[in-house]
Amino acid sequence: MSNDNSSSEQKVTTTDEFIKGLWRENPVFVQVLGMCPVLAVSNTAENALAMGLATAFVLLMSNVLVSLLRNFVPKQVRIASYILIIATFVTVTDYAIQAISVELHKSLGAFISLIVVNCLILSRAEAFASKNTVWKSIFDALGMGLGFTFALFCLGSVREILGNGSLFNIALFPEGFQSWIVMILPAGGFFTLAIWLLIINGIQTRKTKS
Amino acid sequence: MSEVANMETQNLASSKKMLLAMVGIGIISALLIVTTFELTLPRVQRLKAEALEKAIFEVLPGTVNTQAFGVNANGELFKMKEGDKTETAIYAGYDNNDNIVGYAIEASGQGYADIIRILYGYEPDKETLIGFQVLESKETPGLGDKIEKEEHFLNNFKALDVSLSNNNKLQNKVITVKQGEKQNPWEIDGITGATISSRAIGNIIGTSTSELVPILYNHYKKNHQKPKESNEQ
Repeated sequence: MSNDNSSSEQKVTTTDEFIKGLWRENPVFVQVLGMCPVLAVSNTAENALAMGLATAFVLLMSNVLVSLLRNFVPKQVRIASYILIIATFVTVTDYAIQAISVELHKSLGAFISLIVVNCLILSRAEAFASKNTVWKSIFDALGMGLGFTFALFCLGSVREILGNGSLFNIALFPEGFQSWIVMILPAGGFFTLAIWLLIINGIQTRKTKS
Repeated sequence: MSEVANMETQNLASSKKMLLAMVGIGIISALLIVTTFELTLPRVQRLKAEALEKAIFEVLPGTVNTQAFGVNANGELFKMKEGDKTETAIYAGYDNNDNIVGYAIEASGQGYADIIRILYGYEPDKETLIGFQVLESKETPGLGDKIEKEEHFLNNFKALDVSLSNNNKLQNKVITVKQGEKQNPWEIDGITGATISSRAIGNIIGTSTSELVPILYNHYKKNHQKPKESNEQ
């Protein structure tokens, strides 16, 4: 009986670990982490999606390894070991993307190596993976990674539609549409992020009130 | 006294553990990176070679065969063999009858971010550039990378004048001008919002053409309409 109870509890918590990253603790909209790639690579929907997925992959792999090694690595060198693990998977991702498509690597090139300094990944390693089982860490990474991808896509699609008049390089507006160049420039990233934060926080305050 | 000794052994043990952990993770990392590198290398190389091949056919329409050339110290072309490496690679394109269609030239230079590598097609018969492709660049996505996508910019390279004067030098060096201010056939119409990147392209082509076009033109005159020449080797 008690066994049953704990296993059902386990189930609830793993789905919860997954869901929280998508919405309640969304890394971009709620935790406001990893702002560098969020602002820099969200100028088109395609770049945003690719960057989000690459980050999610690195997050997943490093969470798994950090969690596996959590009893083996002494406290004093834990941060150094996280950095080493994260950097390894970033390099692996870099080669993998090169092998998948030269085009994609061309458009992401500089930003792939910058995943190393994405504080989202380090924070999940320190705050979650180093204290939880591998199984839970996988769900945490999937939730956070997809939440990050979702947020990047929200920004990227808005910026591409307004700044370039297209979505996934398909033109949306008739000829003569004056694109808002500012949306593609860094300033547009800040504007769009602010508007999304306003909307998401508005929804969440309304929810807690009711 | 015994307490101090105890602490010392503890410290020693934990430093050993730290060292072991870091070295262990280092070895795992190294293995992972080397494995991925080895696994992806053949495919990456193939994709890059394919991209180059595709680019050559695109900048030299009508090409059936290609031959890579290098430039030696005397400013003459020599045929490159597998594995040869030179700073400037030139690919001659031949049509069905082994006539030279034109030359695809690889060039590179500093862009807004990192080095830009490009390939452009030169047609010696008309003394113009007839095609252009970016092989590698890290220009700002959405802005600088317009040099690869913007149609009016790419239209510049359908017939860009690089004719030679009598003393075997370029009559007019290729240069990028502000968007909408192109007046002469040797000027490149720039891109508003990608000023530095489009100027960099102008510089790269300008430098490369003034150096190579005279050499290529002579090579073309020598080898022009001598079928089977390319098969001699």
